[in-house]
Amino acid sequence: MGYNKPLPYPNSETKPFWDACRDGILRIQRCSDCGTNRFPPTGVCPACQSDRSEWIEASGRGRVFSWIVVRHPVPKDVYADKVPYVVAIIALDEGVRMVSNLVDIDVDSVQADMPVTVRFDKVTDELTLPVFVPADGADRGS
Amino acid sequence: MFNARDKCAIAGVGFTDYSRDSGRPVRSLASEACLKAIQDAGLSVEDVDGFVSYNFNDSVPAIAVATELGVPAAGFAVDFLAGGNAANLIVLNAIAAIEAGLAKTVVCYRAMNGRSGFRLGGGREMAAHGITQFTAPFGWITYPQAMAMWCRRHMIEYGTSAEQLGGIAVTLRENAVLNERAMQRAPLTLDDYMNSRMIVDPFRLLDICLESDGACAVVVTSAERARDMKQKPVYVSGGAYGGGPQQGEDLFDAIRWPDHAHNYSKYIAADLWASAGIGPEDVDIAQIYDCFTYSIVMQLEGFGFCKEGEGGAFTEGRRIARDGALPVNTHGGLLSEAYIHGFNHVIEAVEQLRGQSGPRQVEGAEVALTTAGAMTCGSAMVLHN
Repeated sequence: MGYNKPLPYPNSETKPFWDACRDGILRIQRCSDCGTNRFPPTGVCPACQSDRSEWIEASGRGRVFSWIVVRHPVPKDVYADKVPYVVAIIALDEGVRMVSNLVDIDVDSVQADMPVTVRFDKVTDELTLPVFVPADGADRGS
Repeated sequence: MFNARDKCAIAGVGFTDYSRDSGRPVRSLASEACLKAIQDAGLSVEDVDGFVSYNFNDSVPAIAVATELGVPAAGFAVDFLAGGNAANLIVLNAIAAIEAGLAKTVVCYRAMNGRSGFRLGGGREMAAHGITQFTAPFGWITYPQAMAMWCRRHMIEYGTSAEQLGGIAVTLRENAVLNERAMQRAPLTLDDYMNSRMIVDPFRLLDICLESDGACAVVVTSAERARDMKQKPVYVSGGAYGGGPQQGEDLFDAIRWPDHAHNYSKYIAADLWASAGIGPEDVDIAQIYDCFTYSIVMQLEGFGFCKEGEGGAFTEGRRIARDGALPVNTHGGLLSEAYIHGFNHVIEAVEQLRGQSGPRQVEGAEVALTTAGAMTCGSAMVLHN
């Protein structure tokens, strides 16, 4: 059975991010002029308007900024086999935020600011999703 | 800043039935509401020269309505590609057009088959292009899921509770019970709320607005012309539209927004009140955009009815009930009247200020706040009679 969940369609700005995920590397952009980190990818630095940027490897460490527990699947046929699941906004140590899933955790035991680390889940030959798990030593709940 | 205080007025309102299945094309709903608004003002289609609306590719363009109604010269026919954030913006846009001489009398409307046709809450495409490639692949797809993420921040920072959100749902339902056009009129208790199904924690079913088929319209014209029309004018004394930094690449995306415990309202409040020359303490009734219970909490704070973080507590003790210090959403709101994408708030404010709200009339209502939007950008108006 094929993968039936939403698939990212990378473009020239975002392809380096998804390519790196396949290699197990979490990448974010850094402005080549003022050094401000940014994510999601864009062409211009919002801090200094420079169009020069480079990709850096993020530590993969961060903290839970906010989270939800999806219990009612939408679309139903796509997510019925996945609920309940946690979607979180992760504040990476590099100062940017990323939306992802928090996995390997009791969905009712997520805490604000809990430390998390990235894990790469290959879902198709083309796509590897960066998800997050509680950092070593963090309370994983029951 | 909006500098047209009391220069224009709302002279007519019109609306269709609100239902789960209109059985009609959206254009037909739009035309019915617009024609009723024109007739409510005591005008005919020859007196109208502008139409402004907003949609999410789920409605009909302004020229379609003008064409169906046989308007001889619809000069200012404009469509915004926007969400509920534009529900007050279109009225401000009509005023800008009138003040600039681009039009004289403008019909503003929102029309949708939001339940039987395109359902805004139903999710997004499976092919995640653009910014959506960083949200949808993780199953973050619907607006309830988006706003629940905002609500969690308020709970983290300020301890806002499910009971406070439930109190909002219960209070608004009380108003809908008195409203013959409301889609949900069965009385609601806090137990009903707490026992309603958890859809996306922290949101239960009753935190989430309705889905509706229907249309609303208002006629906007100069105050001078409005005074000669059939109805008592409702003047637009203040208005604002906007948001804060890093609003995102679409209405859903707020990954870079500074703090999800606060929305657009804190960024436009100063301009809104300054443009109207009054403050929140002068408001008699507030029709606050309530796609979710939590949206009201942020806007009570942002527009200055209470301090940051105190929005949940503000709603306790019947303060926002019809007999409270600040009656909120006297029609039942998007949560209990209907979801006409926030434009039904404008209808309710006008009817209250005209004293035409029947059993739910707030006696002596002279000044109304209307707001539109829940996330990073939005619009608001101050109306008075």
